Amino acid sequence: MTTTTDYERNVILSSVDYNVLGTRPIRHDGADKVTGRALYGADFDTAGLLIGHVLRSPHAHANIKSIDTSKAEATEGVMAVVTFADFPSVKDAALDLGEEVTTLHDLQANILARHKALYKGHAIAAVAAVNAHAAEQAAKLIEVEYEVLPPVMTAPQGMADDAPILHESMRTNELGETIKGKPSNIAQHFQHVKGDIDKGFADADVVIEREFNTVTVHQGYIEPHAAAALWNNDGRLHIWCSTQGAFPARDATAEVLRLPVSQVRVTPMEIGGGFGGKIPVYLEPVAALLSKKSGRAVKVVMSRADVFEASGPTCGSNMKVKVGAKNDGSITAMQAYLAYEAGAFAGSPVGAGAMCVFAAYDVENAVIDGYDVVVNKPKTAAYRAPGAPNAAFATEQVVDELAQQLGIDPLDLRLKNASTEGTRRPDGTVFPRIGCVEVLEAMKNHPHYSAPLGEHQGRGVAIGYWFNVGFESSVNIAVNADGTITLVEGSTDIGGSRASIAMQAAEVLGIPAESVRPSVVDTDSVGYTAVTGGSRTTYATGWAAYDAALDVKTQMIERAATIWDVSADDIELKDGVFQSSSDPELNMSFNDLAGQLAGSGGPIVGRASRNAGGMGVGGGSFAGNIVDVEVDPQTGKTSVTRFTVVQDAGKAIHPSYVEGQMQGGSVQGIGWALNEEYYMTEDGAMANSTLLDYRMPTSLDLPMIDTVIVEVPSDHPFGVRGVGEANIVPPTPAIANAIHGATGIRMDRLPMSPVAIMEESWKQS
Amino acid sequence: MPGKTYVQTRINGESVDFLAEPRQSLLECLRDVIGLTGTKEGCNDGNCGACTVDMDGRIVTSCLVLGVEAEGKEITTIEGIAVGSELHPVQQAFLENAALQCGICTPGFIVATKALLEHNPDPTEYEIRFWLANNLCRCTGYDKIIRAVQDAAARMQGVSA
Repeated sequence: MTTTTDYERNVILSSVDYNVLGTRPIRHDGADKVTGRALYGADFDTAGLLIGHVLRSPHAHANIKSIDTSKAEATEGVMAVVTFADFPSVKDAALDLGEEVTTLHDLQANILARHKALYKGHAIAAVAAVNAHAAEQAAKLIEVEYEVLPPVMTAPQGMADDAPILHESMRTNELGETIKGKPSNIAQHFQHVKGDIDKGFADADVVIEREFNTVTVHQGYIEPHAAAALWNNDGRLHIWCSTQGAFPARDATAEVLRLPVSQVRVTPMEIGGGFGGKIPVYLEPVAALLSKKSGRAVKVVMSRADVFEASGPTCGSNMKVKVGAKNDGSITAMQAYLAYEAGAFAGSPVGAGAMCVFAAYDVENAVIDGYDVVVNKPKTAAYRAPGAPNAAFATEQVVDELAQQLGIDPLDLRLKNASTEGTRRPDGTVFPRIGCVEVLEAMKNHPHYSAPLGEHQGRGVAIGYWFNVGFESSVNIAVNADGTITLVEGSTDIGGSRASIAMQAAEVLGIPAESVRPSVVDTDSVGYTAVTGGSRTTYATGWAAYDAALDVKTQMIERAATIWDVSADDIELKDGVFQSSSDPELNMSFNDLAGQLAGSGGPIVGRASRNAGGMGVGGGSFAGNIVDVEVDPQTGKTSVTRFTVVQDAGKAIHPSYVEGQMQGGSVQGIGWALNEEYYMTEDGAMANSTLLDYRMPTSLDLPMIDTVIVEVPSDHPFGVRGVGEANIVPPTPAIANAIHGATGIRMDRLPMSPVAIMEESWKQS
Repeated sequence: MPGKTYVQTRINGESVDFLAEPRQSLLECLRDVIGLTGTKEGCNDGNCGACTVDMDGRIVTSCLVLGVEAEGKEITTIEGIAVGSELHPVQQAFLENAALQCGICTPGFIVATKALLEHNPDPTEYEIRFWLANNLCRCTGYDKIIRAVQDAAARMQGVSA
């Protein structure tokens, strides 16, 4: 297969070579996934399985006056009906589920509405019946009396003095102090300050301030949420579900049901995409309650409309960004106002947005104000670098405009002000070694940056950042007599992480990637492992695999020492061979030694668990885009004609899957930029809750996505940086900047649909 | 509720008969009645392509076909693509080109790709993108899928040449 181009489409700028790392083996779960054998959430089946159906609110904001389930309960084939009343009462407490921070009361009330429906699609009750059709029909017989209230749809609406209030108990946390008295939709206002902002703007020769608005968008994973539960007669609850984290799903389910975590076992099924959206639990506790009541296993699967209306999308936002610079391009001050929609319960990604909004810039004076605002839409969940793409849409357009006003190349302006090791971000974090400059330089050196443009075409650039997280991971390794190893891990594999984790163990032991048999197991079968999210899996679980492999290596060397009757200090493992340094005759391959374990003292198992740190471990990852678009002057339709993504991977373990992350994140960004939106009616309903109308990019909408992997090592033993998220950050501003290049129009809102572009064109001309 | 209908088909080269309720889609029959869960449901309204199967030489989204319409039809699902223990060249190309991440859309893409290459053994990039535009993938950005299809076309032409 060759593609005719005058440049290399996929480049790796690497400085360190390894045996296994950097190669492209076939993923270990590959055969199951190309033959239809892999079992995903909805594929679960067991004897006597009932099917659940969730009744959802038709109103965006309403008091629930009463729920009468008697007709549904009396229906033939119905085995159980549950509502919020079936939850045990719990004391409220903060819950940290990794990339998902909420409270116990909010989590319960999001799973089944307490006394208010807070968005259209909010779960009200659920029915378990002998099949899906019977359950759906019975759910229609549940009588709910609503008192419909006016909905709040955007952050500015929610912040208005006379706004309808979602939660009577909510008081604003204003800079750390709770404001007593009147309830508010503003859950929190925080502020980061660095330097002297007034002096910074006074020192500037040019100051640009712009306001931006974005709307709700969805992760768009192709597999709808699915969960099954069996509340067994011994009191133990077994859950099978599609989740990004079996342990966080276990913990959340146990919390809302007031069970000790050891009473809940979660078996993660294969997961059909998540991008952050499959961290929270929606169906697991519902299936559990239905199972408890019916005494049978119960499976619940969302419809596509449910996924849009009742799982967690990412937020709409209202933002103002102000940047000042001297005539030579040095930025003197940056200020941001970020008001993010949380959805129906507190917890928007505004905190993360504030960490990323100016991360690419080493600026002395900065102020960032963040507002977390509840609105009558589904509670937001993480979506790939949550909060950062919104912020970048604002910052990277203002910086672009600044470059234009100053007559400086936009990449040169960014390079002049780029963050490096030692830069302190406005939120207080001091960067370790990072690849911001290297990414910008790779963009500048790419042939795309200087390629000619055609009529109605424009080119845009932008850079984006995601800080990456560490958290806990556990790995067990057992050595088989045939020289292979089994590797047991708790990280659900959402896009090839079995391979990227197995390869790190293989590298340590000097064996081929194919000699590792990785398994993702249930919560009874491995140590605690946090979510597959935050770009942490290849970094943190990979690091645990590295440690576990070192444990195996140490024990294997000791065993060889016993067999040879030499000191273990005398033996080293090199390229898969154990070798005595004093006697060259004494050497044995990994395979040979593995075959002698049983008779020489018994099997060898290695184990490791690691807390790889909190947010920002390893310095995170920068990603940059060069984008060409063509805008039809008659219709405003924008086509992406060429797209290059550059990202710092630290060390690309399996380059194909690193490229895949970069390409996939880029295309989600393209969809966010040009097409995707929750189109809301005035009464708070999503008018486009199908995949026909919520128009995600198809293969026909896109060019090839060219990649450049930059490798600036992190603190991980192989230098790994998670690459899952930063790539979705730069596309929306890069495309906006390209549209400006093509048309002269500045787009201050998303999506930049044909309609929006024509409206702006008429307004600005 | 009207009774069930007796439906006789051939699925993946074998004679298969089943009972279908009038309201059950072919997708539901494949997954819940016959137990072939390799065909996936992403939207249940014909827009994601995850449930693509081949019916009498045409690819269809099986969520938009009624189970009773399968009477007398020859159906190929993802479970029928590999020949015995040998993967089909399309499956092998998807693996070697890393054309899947989560894998939920992969069965639909493989069934659709096999049909494309049977109709058009040497498609251009545009023809591939056009043919696969009814199959949504949210993970890959399609780049590696397009390359895998090109690779599969080359392999299959190599085999037939």
